[in-house]
Amino acid sequence: MTAQSVKWFWYASPQTFYPVAGVIARWCGAAAAVLCAAGLYIGLFVAPTDAQQGEAYRIIFIHVPAAWMSMFIYVVMAFWAAIGLAFNTRLSHMMASALAPTGALFTFIALWTGSFWGKPTWGTWWVWDARLTSELILLFLYFGFMALQAAIDDRRRAERAGALLAIVGVVNVPIIYYSVQWWNTLHQGASVSLTRAPSMAATMLTGMLVMALAFWMYSIAVTLLRVRCLILENR
Amino acid sequence: MLEAARCIVVRDLLVAWRRRSDVATALLFFVIVTSLFPLGIGAEPELLRSIAPGVIWVAALLSCMLSLGRLFAADHADGTLEQLLLSSEPLGVIAAAKALAHWLVSGLPLVLIAPLIALQYDLPAPLYPVLALSLLLGTPVLSLIGAIGAALTLGLRGGGVLLSLLVLPLYVPVLIMGAGSVDMAAAGLAPDGQLLLLAALLIVAAAFAPWAIAAALRISME
Amino acid sequence: MGGYGLYVWGAYGVTFLLIGVEIALLVNRSRKCSETKT
Repeated sequence: MTAQSVKWFWYASPQTFYPVAGVIARWCGAAAAVLCAAGLYIGLFVAPTDAQQGEAYRIIFIHVPAAWMSMFIYVVMAFWAAIGLAFNTRLSHMMASALAPTGALFTFIALWTGSFWGKPTWGTWWVWDARLTSELILLFLYFGFMALQAAIDDRRRAERAGALLAIVGVVNVPIIYYSVQWWNTLHQGASVSLTRAPSMAATMLTGMLVMALAFWMYSIAVTLLRVRCLILENR
Repeated sequence: MLEAARCIVVRDLLVAWRRRSDVATALLFFVIVTSLFPLGIGAEPELLRSIAPGVIWVAALLSCMLSLGRLFAADHADGTLEQLLLSSEPLGVIAAAKALAHWLVSGLPLVLIAPLIALQYDLPAPLYPVLALSLLLGTPVLSLIGAIGAALTLGLRGGGVLLSLLVLPLYVPVLIMGAGSVDMAAAGLAPDGQLLLLAALLIVAAAFAPWAIAAALRISME
Repeated sequence: MGGYGLYVWGAYGVTFLLIGVEIALLVNRSRKCSETKT
């Protein structure tokens, strides 16, 4: 029984974590604003116009980072859910619950921007391509998680049920993704994927990465703020 | 352990037999839904033949899902479920047995009725075995995954609709592979890939779902 | 935006609008739960 073994759970106490969360949230929020400004500058002004898609391709600087975040947040959510179930720490469950709305938001943004990218490029507002369809199902998974937690009055049961659902979901996400991929190639044949970006100039990639970082910092800030609210609401 | 499982399967089948009408209504639902599509879309044979696998599979999905509410509800109401949780038998085995009984009552009949529906949709006869096999492999997976959802939503207000929201996204791979196998066969290609993937899904579900169902039951019953 | 203005600004606009909404809702919630501190 050493001080070392105690340290892991030091920040698992909601009271200890509350101020820490506030500090981290502030810094990440600032970082998000700066990165977003930089990313938008690169995306809207520095990156060259695409030969095939013209200016419409600039939506990629929001669409792809949002899609990345939507999937990343789900995995992180499932991670905290697993920690919560394994160690019975309430704060872990609160993290998972706090991540869900932001994850769902990014999923919706990915779908919306994907749709707006599809209209000028492919002529329709919705394309049943692999990525958009997978994002749609991911949105349903997020909604299922939030709906389940909202439907249960007992907080402990709600957290743990949601946690199990999140873990079952995260295991299924690769299976869903690959089966949708296969389905898409069968039914659309050789048509180019909506999300296959034109030959990536270095600036385009940089813009996407900066925006992705911006979204990441934003997610951390927003999630930690939400956890603070959850801590106060669940004393 | 197997004795307990056998006991539970027999008991569930007996209960289902005593409530035959419940079971029959779920199967009737399957038939009615498949009849709705031609009414909504038009009865042109070419069209029906092409949508048949998808329609039959979606109807099977929905029918299976509707019958999931019955899986734990009755036992939960009369206290049997609590006793099962307290039993010395592994809860996973009990869960698997209940899922098996559910499939025998709600999934297997679909496999048997499907060829009749396929007949209505003028699906070529050589496709019937593929359709039946895909349903045979896929419906147990639906029962197993559905049981997780049923255990999580035990006794909740949202009930059936919430269960659908939770479980339908997880059903997507089964649907894609199941309908896809028949589509491949219809196109003259070998459906082996999809059927093997369905079998793989079944094995994985059979291996892991019982433990998830057990965990969910414990969470819901505390 | 080379004629694609509607799409580009429609996409960016809604994105930042929704992000703004999320932040606003969160600030509101934060204010409410720190006021009802028992």
